[in-house]
Amino acid sequence: MADERPLIQVVGLTKIYRVGVETIHALRGVDLSIGRNEMVAIMGSSGSGKSTLMNQLGCLDTPTGGAYYLNGRDVSRMNARELAQVRNEEIGFVFQSFELLPRQTALENVELPLVYAQGGWRGRKERAMAALDRVGLSDRMDHRPNQLSGGQRQRVAIARAILNKPSILLADEPTGNLDSTTTAEILALFRQLHAEGQTVILVTHEDEVAAHCQRVVRLRDGRVLSDLPIAQDSAGSHLASHGGGVR
Amino acid sequence: MLNPLFWLQAISLAFSQIWANKSRAFLTALGIIVGVASTTAVIAALTGLKAKVLAEFESVGASKFFVFPDRPNNAPRNMYPWEKILLKTSEVHAIRDECTLVKAITPITEVGLDVESGDKRIEGITIAGIWPDWHVVQNRFVIEGRPFSQIDEDSERQVCLINGDAIRELDLPANPVGESVLLGGRRFMVVGVIETTTARFFGMNTSSAEIFIPFSVAEKMQERNFFMRIEGLFESPETALEGEAEVRFVLRRMRGIAPGDLETFRVAAIDKFIEQFKTLAAGITAIAGGIVGISLLVGGIGIMNIMLVSVSERTREIGLRKAVGATPTAILLQFLLEAVTLCLVGGFIGIAFGRLAAFGLTKIPGAQLDQADIPFWAVAVSFAFSALTGVVFGMFPAIKASRLDPIEALRHE
Repeated sequence: MADERPLIQVVGLTKIYRVGVETIHALRGVDLSIGRNEMVAIMGSSGSGKSTLMNQLGCLDTPTGGAYYLNGRDVSRMNARELAQVRNEEIGFVFQSFELLPRQTALENVELPLVYAQGGWRGRKERAMAALDRVGLSDRMDHRPNQLSGGQRQRVAIARAILNKPSILLADEPTGNLDSTTTAEILALFRQLHAEGQTVILVTHEDEVAAHCQRVVRLRDGRVLSDLPIAQDSAGSHLASHGGGVR
Repeated sequence: MLNPLFWLQAISLAFSQIWANKSRAFLTALGIIVGVASTTAVIAALTGLKAKVLAEFESVGASKFFVFPDRPNNAPRNMYPWEKILLKTSEVHAIRDECTLVKAITPITEVGLDVESGDKRIEGITIAGIWPDWHVVQNRFVIEGRPFSQIDEDSERQVCLINGDAIRELDLPANPVGESVLLGGRRFMVVGVIETTTARFFGMNTSSAEIFIPFSVAEKMQERNFFMRIEGLFESPETALEGEAEVRFVLRRMRGIAPGDLETFRVAAIDKFIEQFKTLAAGITAIAGGIVGISLLVGGIGIMNIMLVSVSERTREIGLRKAVGATPTAILLQFLLEAVTLCLVGGFIGIAFGRLAAFGLTKIPGAQLDQADIPFWAVAVSFAFSALTGVVFGMFPAIKASRLDPIEALRHE
């Protein structure tokens, strides 16, 4: 049963924030399905609901309405403890500013998810080393973040994200703090991981980053504006950016 | 639920946080350091004092008792005039003859007289009148000559016992037995030299020169109503309570005190003094405990403050930990452990300082605290209270950290 369902199935997802007396409808009913081993870009301008959707997909928050099935499980009604466990097992986060612990070595940073995993004790070093090897940093294990370049830091963060073999690798503007050469390297790494079977979701506002994905989901005002394969999206984006508007 | 790796990293993180902010951690823990150090030092001093005092009690003898005349508390003076309260020789006889649990007993009365020997003269020496049993009661015997005998007492012989200091002050020969001295103008023969004991009971008998005469002789030299006290020995420390009851029974009967009426004397056994001293020591310990309580409270507020700072400094780290799967409980435990570690390190340093202070106390000349030491229970209690402070005052910041919204935390600047 679970296998017949897509990896991610979002149905009529809404999110309403109350800031003081103001009510913000961040998501106004989003339907989205992402299958296993897809590489999807989620795009949108500031205020489009892109970040809110990412937080929902990453199980960092629960929706106001609608449902979210991850791997066949309804995660939209879980409490904080259950969500933490889902994040630990199913989601690998990569952030724009890397979020490495400054006083710990690359290896210790990569080990971090195991601290909160059941059975994280056994073989932790081997697992962390294997993850670092996959991102090509096996010779930098004992370096601290301040001894690494930006690209290397992001590689450590990616190694940390893939350590628990998550269902989703969820990257939020992963190249936002990197120069163009390093950006290309990091995006190549994402593609390589995708080629090895990893489901990847990139949240970005840059078309060049989105161009590395197979599929682009565009959001505007809390709704899905377009959801197209990359080949058709470039035209759509052209239209959208000129306010032509489709759908 | 939480794996060993969690505990390992939480503890090492706690220590590395302290190490990374050494001076801040030290200042934060200062309240706890000072509290624990001062308390353990006070307890060490008390332990030393207790050892000393109990040793002195032991040397006096645990089965010893005293009887004093005593006006009942808040009783009007005219109802209990001194002449009715003062102990009488007949009462001492009655106690000796009737109390089966009394092994030895002596009345002691003191009279201040001028003493002359040859051309040496000392004014106003306190001379004590005693029974021969005094030797047994005080556990003091003669080193030259002979002790008092019953014949000395019964025949009111003008004989005296003196100690080494008196020999020196009066310029008597080293063995003065057979010499005579003038006590208040009357001639007394020295029959024995009494040993000078080093362990003195709470500074009593501090006058270095001591002269003793038979009680029957001293009685004649006193005014009509004179003060005497009784010292005696019970058969054993275990029978002290019953012995005391016997003495009180005899005295009440002699004085015609009706049941329920107040006693005009006081019987005090040494073991009671020991109890009283222990009560006093426990009281001081309790006060010291109160001080440590207050300083731990103050120290705890410092801990809470710094933990709140730590939580806000590390908001992004908390957000990240939550993103990779830390449950609220895991975050709570991590910060709680950090607060407890900080407090325990403070407690450890405090005990080290306390130990140093205790060592210093043993080196103070004349303070009689050479046995000052921090007992194990005080170390254990200090650590326990330090840890408790960490838990109590670390709880609020830890709860705050555990409840942080991961999204907000990751966005925190």
